[in-house]
Amino acid sequence: MRPILMKGHERPLTFLKYNRDGDLLFSCAKDHTPTVWFADNGERLGTYRGHNGAVWCCDVSRDSTRLLTGSADQTAKLWDVQSGTQLFTFNFDSPARAVDFSVGDKLAVITTDPFMGLTSAIHVKRIAADPDDQVGDSVLVLKGPLGRINRAVWGPLNKTIISAGEDAVIRIWDTETGKLLQENEKEFGHKKTITSLAKSTDCSHFLTGSLDKSAKLWDSRSLSLIKTYVTERPVNAVAMSPLLNHVVLGGGQDASAVTTTDHRAGKFEAKFYDKILQEEIGGVKGHFGPINALAFNPDGKSFSSGGEDGYVRLHHFDSEYFKIPSI
Amino acid sequence: MAIDNLGTAPAQKPRWGELEEEDDGSDYDFLLPPKQIIGPDEHGLKKVIEYKFNDEGNRVKITTTTRVRKLANARLSKRAVERRSWLKFGDAVHEDVGARLTMVSTEEIIFERPRAPGSKAEESNASGDPLAQMSKGGAVLMVCRTCGKKGDHWTSKCPYKDLAQPSETFVENPNSNPADAAGGSGPAKGGAYVPPTMRAGAVRPAGGGADMRRRNDENSVRVNNLSEDTREPDLHELFRPFGTVSRVYVAMDQKTGMSRGFGFVNFMRREDGERAIAKLNGYGYDNLILSVEWAAPRAN
Repeated sequence: MRPILMKGHERPLTFLKYNRDGDLLFSCAKDHTPTVWFADNGERLGTYRGHNGAVWCCDVSRDSTRLLTGSADQTAKLWDVQSGTQLFTFNFDSPARAVDFSVGDKLAVITTDPFMGLTSAIHVKRIAADPDDQVGDSVLVLKGPLGRINRAVWGPLNKTIISAGEDAVIRIWDTETGKLLQENEKEFGHKKTITSLAKSTDCSHFLTGSLDKSAKLWDSRSLSLIKTYVTERPVNAVAMSPLLNHVVLGGGQDASAVTTTDHRAGKFEAKFYDKILQEEIGGVKGHFGPINALAFNPDGKSFSSGGEDGYVRLHHFDSEYFKIPSI
Repeated sequence: MAIDNLGTAPAQKPRWGELEEEDDGSDYDFLLPPKQIIGPDEHGLKKVIEYKFNDEGNRVKITTTTRVRKLANARLSKRAVERRSWLKFGDAVHEDVGARLTMVSTEEIIFERPRAPGSKAEESNASGDPLAQMSKGGAVLMVCRTCGKKGDHWTSKCPYKDLAQPSETFVENPNSNPADAAGGSGPAKGGAYVPPTMRAGAVRPAGGGADMRRRNDENSVRVNNLSEDTREPDLHELFRPFGTVSRVYVAMDQKTGMSRGFGFVNFMRREDGERAIAKLNGYGYDNLILSVEWAAPRAN
C-alpha cells in the first residue's frame, strides 16, 4: 500500500480520531491547532484556531457537528465542526488532558493534570444541545488518582467512567455517585504509565497501552484481564480493528533517545497483533519518530498513525491484509 | 476498438504548401467530422466515434466501445456526502497551491509479516522450554560433561556432579605455568615489562609475531544462519560439549545492535572443531538450520 502523508502539523502528533461515518479524521498535535482531514484522500478540510497550548486529545460527537478538544492551555473547547468556530470554552486551573463524549453526546468527561499543587481530576460536563445554553459548571468532579490521568472514557451505557494514567492503575467510577467502583488487580496490571486506551466499538472491552512495553485487553464491566500483548518497546498508542480481530500497537523509544540511534533500531513501526492469539501478525513501517497516535477507520479498511515526526500517515489496506488467516 | 479505413481522400488533403513546417497533420482536424459519444445504454455500453488522420494521411474512423460500470458504492452516509462539499475553513482556506500538505508516499509500504504464514504452530512450540526443544531436534546434543553420558541429562543436572572432578575451566592461556608468575626473569632487567611470550618458560612457537593473528583464525569455526536472538553465551553453551572453546563471537550490527546472523567459535583443539562441524552443521537451532564450517582464513 502507498500511505498518504499529511504534513499539517509542525509539532509531534498527540491524538487522532475518526468521526463515526469514517469520512473525517481529526488530528491533534503539540502545535496549537487541531486539524480535520478528509479520511479518504487526506485533503485538509480545515483547522480549529484558538488554543494557546499543545492539544492533547479530542472527541467528535456522533453526528459529527461538535468537536471537543482538551489542551495544555488549561482549557477544553467546544467547536463547530463545519465552520471551525469556537462555541464554548471550559476553563480549568490546570492543563486538560483527555476528553470523551458520552453515548448520546449529552455529557462529556474531561481530565485535568496535576499542576501547581492541584491534584489531577476528572470533570463531567453537561453538553447543551444549543451552544448558547452551554454552561461551564461540572456535574461531577472525581479526584483520587495520583499523577496524570492520560485517558478517561465512558463505560457501557454511560454508567461508568474508565480512567487510566501515570499511576498505572485502571479505575472504574460510578457516574451517578462519583464513587470508585473498581481498580484493576495489581498483579495483572501494568507496571508503568498507561499512555493510551481504546474502546471496542460495542464498548464491551477495551485495550490499554503502557510504557511497560505491553498492551492489555480488559473487560469493561468486570475489569478482568482478557489478553496481554507483549512488545519490545514502550507503547504510546493502541487501536483495535472494528472489522477483524486485530489490535495495533504503536510506540518506539523515548523521543530524547531518537537522535542517538539509527532509525532501524528505533522500531517506529505500527505492530499488528492477533487479538485472540496475542501473536504478532505484521508491522507497518514508515514513521521516523515514535508513533504517538493511532486510529482505525470505523469501517476497518484503513488506519492512520501520527508520529513524533509531525506526520499523519493514512494507510488504506491492500486486499492482502484482509486475507490474513485468523483462527 | 474498430478502425475503419475510409479510403484515401487526396482531394481533402491540403497541399504541402498549405502545411506548416512542424505540422504532422494534427492541425487540420477541423476537416474531420466531430467526435461522437453514444450511450451509455442500459447495459452500460458507451460508444465513442472519433475521426483521425493516420500516418499515411488517410482518414480513419475509430470506434471505441467501453463498458461503464458503476463502482460498488463506497457506503457513504448522506451526511458524509454532504460534508464532502463543505467549504474549507481555518488555515485550509488560503492554502498555497504548492504547499503539498498531503502527499501520497513515493515509497511502497508493505504489511510486513514476521514469518511465513503457516509456521505459527512451530513458533509457539519453540517458545516453550528451549532446552526441551533442543533435545528434541535430531542430533543428540545433550551430553553431560561431568560423566560423559549422552542424552540423559544436562551437566548442571548431573547426579554425579559432586563425585566428579570439577570440569575444565575457561582457560585463556594453557601455556601459563607457575614459573611465569615469578616474572622478570630472562633478558629483561628488573622492573621492565616482559611480554608473556618472552618470559622464561614460555613456549615460543615458530613464526613469532605473525602467529598472534593466526591464533585467532586457528580452529575457528564459522556458524551461519543464527537467529537474531542468539548471543555469545548461547553459542558458547551450544559448542561447549565438543571441547574447550577459546573464543566465541557473534557479529553485531553496529547501528542497530542486532545480530547479523553469523558468528565464530574457536576451539582449542582442531578435532573438537571437526566434531562440532560434523554434529552441528544442519542442526536446527532456534527454528533455523545452522550451517557450520571452518572459517575461511583472513585475506591478509
